[in-house]
Amino acid sequence: MAIRWLQRTALFLGALLFLFPFYYMVIGSLQKDPDTSLAGAFPTGGFTLDNYAAINARIDLLGSLVNSGIVTGGVLLGTVVFGVLAGYALARLHFRGQGALFAAMLLVQIVPFQLLIIPIYVLIVRSYGLADSYLGMIIPFAINSTAVFIFRQFFLALPEELFSAARLDGASELRILWSVALPLARPALLTASLLTFIGPWNEFLWPFLVTKDADLQPLAVSLANYINTGAGRAANPFGAILAGAVVLAMPAVALFVAFQKHFTASDLGSGVKG
Amino acid sequence: MGRTATPGPADPPHGRLGALLGRQPVGILFAAPYAVFLAAIFAYPLGLALWISFHDYFFAAPGAQVERPFVGLENYRAVLSDPQVRRSFLNVTEFLLINVPLTVLLALLLASALNTAIRGRTFLRVAYYVPYVTAGVALVAVWLFLFNRDGMVNQLLGPLAPDPSWLINSRLAMPVIALFVTWKQMGFFILLYLAALQNVPKELYESAQVDGAGRVASFRNVTVPGVRPATTLVVIVATITGANLFTEPYLLTSGGGPNGASASPVLVMYQRGIEQGNPDVAAAIGVLLVLGVLLISLASRRLLERD
Repeated sequence: MAIRWLQRTALFLGALLFLFPFYYMVIGSLQKDPDTSLAGAFPTGGFTLDNYAAINARIDLLGSLVNSGIVTGGVLLGTVVFGVLAGYALARLHFRGQGALFAAMLLVQIVPFQLLIIPIYVLIVRSYGLADSYLGMIIPFAINSTAVFIFRQFFLALPEELFSAARLDGASELRILWSVALPLARPALLTASLLTFIGPWNEFLWPFLVTKDADLQPLAVSLANYINTGAGRAANPFGAILAGAVVLAMPAVALFVAFQKHFTASDLGSGVKG
Repeated sequence: MGRTATPGPADPPHGRLGALLGRQPVGILFAAPYAVFLAAIFAYPLGLALWISFHDYFFAAPGAQVERPFVGLENYRAVLSDPQVRRSFLNVTEFLLINVPLTVLLALLLASALNTAIRGRTFLRVAYYVPYVTAGVALVAVWLFLFNRDGMVNQLLGPLAPDPSWLINSRLAMPVIALFVTWKQMGFFILLYLAALQNVPKELYESAQVDGAGRVASFRNVTVPGVRPATTLVVIVATITGANLFTEPYLLTSGGGPNGASASPVLVMYQRGIEQGNPDVAAAIGVLLVLGVLLISLASRRLLERD
């Protein structure tokens, strides 16, 4: 009994510790002057939105958010359309090269993306001239392999009779996918979309490499540039940085909290177990 | 499916065509965009990275015809004799030595605690997962605020605060980054362990209880061996995450400072390859990095799954 109580207390204290930086991010973004004492973390008044105005004056928050949204939307679209097709083919169809494609899908998740950064930079920026374009930011992430894996595992778990019955009726595979498999796949779609969303929305290195034009930079990049170079001149530099951090973190955190039920071991478990 | 089925678009083709394309050639069409994507964004760049690393490669205007002679192992020699590159590999080793054991231990403990039915599970899950779903850049911003010289951590420590402060201290910069990444990625590894725990048969816990084993003993004798394959996966994924380290040294310790003490191989790769325009040297760093990750992955499989 004592151990159980101790374990519970430790779990809750740990959770508070994990959450504290988020709380501190919001508090720091609302303070006029930074107060780094312990009492400063629990202020009772003197809140201001000045920091949000300050960061907005420097990096066009709305424009950066729209850029992040376009890049993330492009990746989501590519993943949902082509990823579902590939996942369905890998799970339910027999075709030449299926085994090789499956192996490649697994392998892709083991090789660090960063290794490929130099050759992909050479290809996208130098050979295809896609620097400073949405397409250049989207292409390396266009189809999320983990999502393909989740789709495959989900379609694989559906009963075979469903498909053989539809095929006996003479339905085409595209028709079976659209009207039989896809309506059942909503949970997998949601889980895979959530997982896909956090990739491009949070990605820093790649969009940082391909965009020099500030008007095209996603928020993660423009905020990082502000942290590195511009913060010194602000009245309350940390306040402005933290205000930008809140805006960057908010959409992903809100989506996650709203849909956290779909972010569970059993949803992803089939994928993990292989 | 058989010969009696009504002929339809998905009817299996027979004979030579079927042998060549498979039973349902429409699958090739379905999978084609993804296959092309993997070839263009993964397979071809992988080959290109190797090719670049063995040649005297430099950036040129699109379409320009330039000579890029084969230089053998010259780039690798340059990389291995570069003290900053060597330093970055040592740094990432230090990072992994802190991050990987800490991740395995905490993730497994937290997952098995979360696996029991307790009140407030939703809150706990959200709390432990939320750093994983949040942008590294946003989280780095708070850690900069917390760990700077006049930050809250030093205020709390008072006279015990390290001098020089955390992020500009050559001995502490890398451990702080390792802690940051452990915290940020923890949720994902808890998730992996939670999935693995569903596969540990409940009867094993019951029989351990019958044998008089306490909670600690059954954790050691049932849980730990029961999730061993997941532990291999956690070690491998954590190693890959560590090998990818870039945002934290770039922003948290402003470019791998102080004096390269927290520079990661990917940061040096970026500096050499793109800032200084030596993609050949950078590609060689990348190839060495992947070889290192492969070695660690194979070794951890051997060590953790030897029985």
